[in-house]
Amino acid sequence: MSYSNFVLVCNGTGCRASHSQQLADCLDKALVQNGLNESVQVVRTGCFGFCEKGPVVKMIPDNTFYVEVQPSDAEDIVKEHLIKGCKVERLLYVNPETKEQVSDSKHIDFYKKQHRVALRNCGFINPENIDEYIARDGYIALGKALTEMTPEEVIKELLDSGLRGRGGAGFPTGLKWQFTRKVKAAQKYVVCNADEGDPGAFMDRSVLEGDPHSVVEAMAINGYCTDASKGLVYIRAEYPLAVERLKIAIRQAKEYGLLGDNILGTDFSFDIEIRYGAGAFVCGEETALIHSMEGLRGEATMKPPFPSEAGYKGFPTNVNNVETYANVPVILLKGAKWFAGMGTEKSKGTKVFALAGKVNNVGLIEVPMGTTLREVIFGTGGGIKDGKKFKAVQTGGPSGGCLTEKHLDLPIDYDNLIGAGSMMGSGGMIVMDEDDCMVAVAKFYMDFIVEESCGKCTPCRIGNKRLQEILHKITIGKGEEKDLEDLYNLGNVIKDTALCGLGQTSPNPVLSTMEHFRDEYLAHVRDKRCPSHQCRSLSRYYVNPEKCKGCTACTRACPVQAISGEKKLPHVIDPETCIRCGSCIEKCKFDAIYVL
Amino acid sequence: MNTDSKIKSLDDLRKLRDSLRSSMVLREKSENPELIVQIRVSMDTCGIAAGAKEIMAHFIESLEQKKVEALVTQTGCLGFCDADPVAEIIVPGKEPLIFGHLTNQKADEIIDNYIVKGHLTDNIRPITREAVKPE
Repeated sequence: MSYSNFVLVCNGTGCRASHSQQLADCLDKALVQNGLNESVQVVRTGCFGFCEKGPVVKMIPDNTFYVEVQPSDAEDIVKEHLIKGCKVERLLYVNPETKEQVSDSKHIDFYKKQHRVALRNCGFINPENIDEYIARDGYIALGKALTEMTPEEVIKELLDSGLRGRGGAGFPTGLKWQFTRKVKAAQKYVVCNADEGDPGAFMDRSVLEGDPHSVVEAMAINGYCTDASKGLVYIRAEYPLAVERLKIAIRQAKEYGLLGDNILGTDFSFDIEIRYGAGAFVCGEETALIHSMEGLRGEATMKPPFPSEAGYKGFPTNVNNVETYANVPVILLKGAKWFAGMGTEKSKGTKVFALAGKVNNVGLIEVPMGTTLREVIFGTGGGIKDGKKFKAVQTGGPSGGCLTEKHLDLPIDYDNLIGAGSMMGSGGMIVMDEDDCMVAVAKFYMDFIVEESCGKCTPCRIGNKRLQEILHKITIGKGEEKDLEDLYNLGNVIKDTALCGLGQTSPNPVLSTMEHFRDEYLAHVRDKRCPSHQCRSLSRYYVNPEKCKGCTACTRACPVQAISGEKKLPHVIDPETCIRCGSCIEKCKFDAIYVL
Repeated sequence: MNTDSKIKSLDDLRKLRDSLRSSMVLREKSENPELIVQIRVSMDTCGIAAGAKEIMAHFIESLEQKKVEALVTQTGCLGFCDADPVAEIIVPGKEPLIFGHLTNQKADEIIDNYIVKGHLTDNIRPITREAVKPE
């Protein structure tokens, strides 16, 4: 039996949080009620990326794209769209600039510049059904590798493609596989690093939720190339949906004999197990990750020896990130040349970014390497929320740095970002607007690092703590100019001396904000003023006597009775008592209270 | 799980893929609707009364038999209730044409002559959009 229509409903974590599961159930019910369940199929897919407007629904074949769909809309979609053939106009996306309704996702700015490779199946297939993956050439790359190619040929294809590690450091994937292959050992391991920990990043989670089989397939290919018979996925337990779908994928692959003994009639055998992480940031570092899997504390150790020589339980281990794996099958299918045709000279292919912060279209995007930050933030991202001014974008999470207006036209690739004092990282992109205080942002990342440092090496354990203390001092108005010098020197010492990648990159947010926003730091330490009024201790609340009507609304709202004044006469705020909570501003109807 | 479900070779895998393709073809085609032939059947009340549902089913069946790639969808009232059942046919690069008074036989002629060969015959003259432009 074949269906003539499909209703694709996003069932990624974001959309599920706004009831997309119930929506899919309601659609199923409405189809049965209207006798359409034999010709129309509801497909629960992975993330469409347009999380800002979720839950998202796509109608096939006419490609109508509905946004912010609620379970109560199911009835209308079935009756109006499927039966009468009319679009449900209130659910269409409205272009915020032209105010025009757009019915087709291809004409939505968010999708125009995107090119989906790693996310090719996300939002397109049902991740819990291996047949849909196979229908999209799934496992053909594995079959091709096993029966028609030698491991060396597969590795050469990857080298030629120019694929570099998507976890952050950008090490050539083919080279890594080659290293592991060359080491002779009785047992080897293939590990998938799904310990995504950057604040605001959800690329790997979305790949695992939307297309888990691509990772399973690539790990098996990796096993074939490195003579490993065992694969391990290290995933954080706080990703329950990704874990669930990965488990289903592994089970289905085993049932089809695509994992297990003698895969596809060859003498290659491979199996995958899941290992849970408790959600420690440092466990994204490969040596710490391996120790965590061994049941030891998640602490980094010196490299060399690299995991490719002595990794899990002392055996050679190849560790790759989720998104890196997701690229592998499609490279083998379409060829290295095709992949190398996208991107810049040294960074090939595409990159997935999780766009978050003060940007209109929060979501998951994939663009070719070499796309500029401006195109990502103002094109795909739809610009800054509420028409505010762009201030900075943090790439690479707590290990990366802040990039500013002058970097907007920089083509994104590994080397350009490092050159600009940031890094690619795993792909988190947090956009900040004029209201964000860069000192506070640096302090936020430092708080995160101090909490996540494993404590093994002194520079990271103590150095970062000191950085955090100095930043705290500055944000409460007790900073001196010498503190800036200390921040700079200490930051660079930590960079040079810390043991692992976490420590070596941890001062980056502080150093890059100091470089690009020195005047903001100076305003904090010299004038004891926070230019964006985010540091509470540094802001002062005032009443504009010309605007104040003496309505007493603020007096009643103030929790500490800091506002006084006669009725119908201008009020005054006592700065000593004021706790700068902002309640008065919210209550004032005359816009009479301001902050300096 | 019985062992029968195991895929034993790359050829078997390819066969399985080919048998599963059809559900994906429709989804993949929908990604680029402007590149493929689209047939939109007017499925309003009077259209249905005049047999639009049967025509649509016939289009789908016939296209599959003749192995012609096209997207068949339904749409609301096109305004040509007089000529029901009505369908709008969009061939990439050409002006959309509207065909009326459809029968199964006419549908076949449209597929064979207009969609495949690209020419119109006396029997399947379209009611073009120009014809209904208000003066």
